[in-house]
Amino acid sequence: MNSMATAEVKLSPSNLKQLASDVLAKALKAGATDAEAVVYEGDEFSALVRLGQVETLKESGSRAVGLRVFIGQRTASTSSSDFSTESIQRLVDGAITLAKITSEDPFAGLPEAEEFGQIPGDLKLYFEDVNEQPPAERIEIARRCEAAAMAYDTRIQNSGGGDFDTATSHKILVNSRGFVGEYRRSYCGFSAAPIAVDEKGGMQRNYWFSSSRTTRRLASPEEIGHEAARRTLKRLGARQVKTQKAPVVFSPEIAKGIMGNIFSAAEGDSIYRNASFFSGQLGEMVAGENITVVDDGTMVFDEVGSDGPVRIGGFGTSPFDGEGLPTRRTVIVERGVLKNYVMNTYTARKLGMKSTGNASRGLAGNPGTGAGNFFLEPGTLTPEQIIGDVKNGLYVTEVMGFGVNMVTGDYSQGASGLWIENGELAYPVEEITIAGNLKDMYKNIVAIGNDLVFRGASAAPTLRVEGMMIAGA
Amino acid sequence: MERCLGEALSAGGDYADLYFESVTSTSLGIDESLVKSASQGISVGCGIRVVSGERTGYAYTDDLSSDRLLRAARTAALIASGPAKELMSGFRHAETPKSLYPVAGATNDAEIAEKLKLIQRADAAARAYDTRITQVRAGFNDELRRILVAASDGTFASDTQPLARLNVFVIAKDALSTARGTSGGGGRVTLDFFEGDKSPEHFAREAARTAILQLGAIDAPAGEMPVVLGPGWPGVLLHEAVGHGLEADFNRKGTSAFAGMIGQQVASSKVTVVDNGLMPNRRGSINMDDEGNPTQETVLIENGILKGYLSDKLSSRLMGTPNTGSGRRESYHHIPMPRMTNTYMLNGDDMPEDIIKSVKRGLYAVNFGGGQVDITNGKFVFSASEAYLIEDGKVTRPVKGATLIGNGPEALKYVSMVGNDLALDEGIGTCGKAGQSVPVGVGMPTVKLDRMTVGGTGQ
Repeated sequence: MNSMATAEVKLSPSNLKQLASDVLAKALKAGATDAEAVVYEGDEFSALVRLGQVETLKESGSRAVGLRVFIGQRTASTSSSDFSTESIQRLVDGAITLAKITSEDPFAGLPEAEEFGQIPGDLKLYFEDVNEQPPAERIEIARRCEAAAMAYDTRIQNSGGGDFDTATSHKILVNSRGFVGEYRRSYCGFSAAPIAVDEKGGMQRNYWFSSSRTTRRLASPEEIGHEAARRTLKRLGARQVKTQKAPVVFSPEIAKGIMGNIFSAAEGDSIYRNASFFSGQLGEMVAGENITVVDDGTMVFDEVGSDGPVRIGGFGTSPFDGEGLPTRRTVIVERGVLKNYVMNTYTARKLGMKSTGNASRGLAGNPGTGAGNFFLEPGTLTPEQIIGDVKNGLYVTEVMGFGVNMVTGDYSQGASGLWIENGELAYPVEEITIAGNLKDMYKNIVAIGNDLVFRGASAAPTLRVEGMMIAGA
Repeated sequence: MERCLGEALSAGGDYADLYFESVTSTSLGIDESLVKSASQGISVGCGIRVVSGERTGYAYTDDLSSDRLLRAARTAALIASGPAKELMSGFRHAETPKSLYPVAGATNDAEIAEKLKLIQRADAAARAYDTRITQVRAGFNDELRRILVAASDGTFASDTQPLARLNVFVIAKDALSTARGTSGGGGRVTLDFFEGDKSPEHFAREAARTAILQLGAIDAPAGEMPVVLGPGWPGVLLHEAVGHGLEADFNRKGTSAFAGMIGQQVASSKVTVVDNGLMPNRRGSINMDDEGNPTQETVLIENGILKGYLSDKLSSRLMGTPNTGSGRRESYHHIPMPRMTNTYMLNGDDMPEDIIKSVKRGLYAVNFGGGQVDITNGKFVFSASEAYLIEDGKVTRPVKGATLIGNGPEALKYVSMVGNDLALDEGIGTCGKAGQSVPVGVGMPTVKLDRMTVGGTGQ
C-alpha cells in the first residue's frame, strides 16, 4: 500500500492573521468606513476503496481570503484564492468599487462593538490525531468497512465502495471594530455503500457511516459495514402501496430533516420578508405541546473514546459566529410555542431585535443564517413502542426531492421505508410519496422517541405524525 | 508542464493530466428595491490526476509556482506503483476549436452598471405586475471560466467559458394566503441576450404570474393518474429518469438500474432522447469537456431503445466504449466524471392541444423545481411548481406544488403521446453528483405519460 505525501507546508497561523489584518488595513486606507476579513485554510484527504481495491485517493490543501467592506451604509464583498500582493490589492479595490454602486441601506453594518465575543475555553473542535493517522491506516479502515458489508450476506453482491475522509480547517475573522478570532476544526469519517440484489435482479443500495472530530471516537469498521449491509437488505423486494391516508413514523435521519425545516422557518431573513409560514407567529402555538426545539452553538459532549473519556465539540459548535458574536443556546420552540427567531445582525435589525449569534459567513456575499447544533428534545418512548402503536402505516427511512415550500409549509416528498402492519415492520415499500403541510404536521406529532443521537450538527429522535397522505399505486 | 506530467507518471501511472482553471465571478442582488449585495470572486488553481488501471490519484494546488505543481504531481503519483513511464513528447493541439459561445473579457465597470440595470428592471416589472406582489428579489450572477488541459496522451486544449444567469424571486400575498414564484434564465451569453425576448421583464412577469396563480391553487391530487408535461424545463424528468442512470461510471461498476440494458426497450417507441453539448449559447454547452475532449451530440435512447452511455476518458478506456466528451468537473478541486450537458427528448407528431384533449382526468405540469434519482433502484422524483388539473380534456384549476415519483427504466414506457413543440429550459439548471455541481440544460416537447404517481394531498 502506498502512502500519500505529508500535508503541504502551510503559512503559519500568525502569517494568516497578519494577512487578514493587512487586508483590513488596506481596505480602510482605500476608503472603507468599516471592513471585515476572513481567511480560510483547509486540508482534505479522501480515499475510496471499491471491491477491495483503492479506486481514488485525493489529498490537497487550499486557502482563500474574503473581504467585506462598508462605505457608510453601502456594502460589497470580494474573495480570492490568490494571495499575491497584486491579487490582494485587486481584492481591496474591487470591493471598494462595488460598494459604491450598491444602495444605502439603513440596516447594513457590522455589529456593535459591545456585541462581539467568543465562548471561552477549549471547545474541543480540533484533534491533531486526524492529521497524524497514516493514510495507509485510513485506507485499511475503508477497505475493512466495505469488506464487512460485502461478507454480511450473499445477497450483497456489489458496492459503491467504502471510503475514509478527513478534513481540517483553520478560520480567522477580523474586523475594523476590533474583533479578532480564529479557530481550527477537524473531521474524520468513513462509510460503506453496499448494493444488494434480489432473486429477480432488482438492486438496492444504502449506506452507513461513522464520523467524529477525532479518530478516537470512530466506530469499528466492521460494525459500520454490517449496519450498512442490514440497511441495504431491508430495502430488497420493496413495492408500492395503495394511495391512502395513514400515520407516518419518521426514522431519526428523516425526522431530523422535517425538524430542520423549523430552523429555516424561524430564520429572520424569511420572517421579515413574509416568506415563512412562521412569519408573525412569535409567541403563538406552532407545534404540539410536546415539541421543544433548540439551537445551541456551544455544545461540548462528554463521550467515551477508544482510550477512555474524551470531550468533543459538536459538529455545529464554534466559539463565535460568522460576524464575531459569541454563539449561544436559543430555544426556538418551547412546548409548542414559537419563542425565538434565529438571526444575524442584519435580519435582527430589520426585525428590531438582537442577533442570536447565527450569522454564517462564506467567503463572499452578505452573511447568511446558519444553525449550530440543532435538535428536537427527546421524548420517553422507544422506537419500537412508537411503531408498535400503529395498526397500518409507514415507517419512512428515506425521502427524496425538493417538495418543501417554506412559504406555505406545503410538504410533498418521495419516500421509501417499511410498511407497518399491526405494530410490526412488515415489508419494504418504495416509489411512494408522503404529503401534508408542515404547520399541521408539527401539531400532529403524537409520539416522540427517546433515541436522540448526534451524528451531525442536527439531530432528532424517532417521531410519529398522524394523518399524512401517502400516494402510491 | 511536461516536467509536471513526467513527475506525475514517475511511479508508473498509465495516464496523467493537468487541469488549470481560473474563474472570476460577479454576483449582484436587489432586494426591497435596494441593491443590497455585490460581490466578486477570483479562484485560480491546478488539479493533477494520475490514473493507473482503475485507480485515480488526485491532488490540487491554488499556488501555481513550479515547486507546488511538482509537489502536487508527486502526491497524485503515489496512486501508482511501478517504474516511471516514459512521457511521449510533444502535445497535440486541438483541431480548430469550436466556438459555441462568445468570448468575453473580464468584467469592467460599465458592464457592472448594465447588470445593475437588469436587476433593477426586473424588480420594477415584478412590482408593477400586480399589487399583491409584496416582496421581490432579483439577482444577476455571471462567471468567466478559463481552463487548460494538458495530458500525457498528448491532449493540449483550452477554452474560455462565459456563464450568466438572471433570477427573480417574489412573494405574493392576499387576504387568505401567501405564495412564492421564481423564474430565471441565461446561458453562455453576453449581456445583450437579456435585451431580446429574454428580458428582465420577461423573467419578472413569469415569477409574478406563478406566485399570483399559486394564491388560488387547490390541493394537488394524490395517486396514480395520467400526467401531461409541458415543453421545456419539465425535461428534468429525462435528466433524472434516464440521464444519470446512463452515465458510464455507474454502468461500468454495475451500480445503475440501466446496467447491461443497451439494446433493450426502456421507453415507448415514440421516445428519442439525446445529450447534446453543441447547442450554441446554452447553459449546458461546452466547446470541450474538462478532460480536453470535444463535446458532441450523443443519442441515449432512440425510438425507445437504449443506445449508449455518457463517457469520460477513464470509463471509455475501461469499458471499450466511445468517449462522448462527457468528462466534467466542478472545479480544479475535483476529479472529472461522466456528466450530462443539454439533455432533451426529440419532437413527436402530436399537437399539444390534442394531448390535453385526450386526458379525462389528470395532471398538467408545466414547471418544476428540482429532481433527484436513486441510480441503483432507478426511483426518481421531480417536484412540480406550476401544475393544473385536467378535467374532461380541459386544463382547469391550478394546484399546489407536488412531487411526482417514478421508476427510471419503466416510466418512459408509459409515454403515449409526444408533442411537436420541443423547447429547452430558460437556462437555470445546475446538476449535483457526488458533491460536484455543473451547469446543465434540459428540454422536451409536450409529453403524455399514461400513468405516474402524483404526491398531492387531495383526492
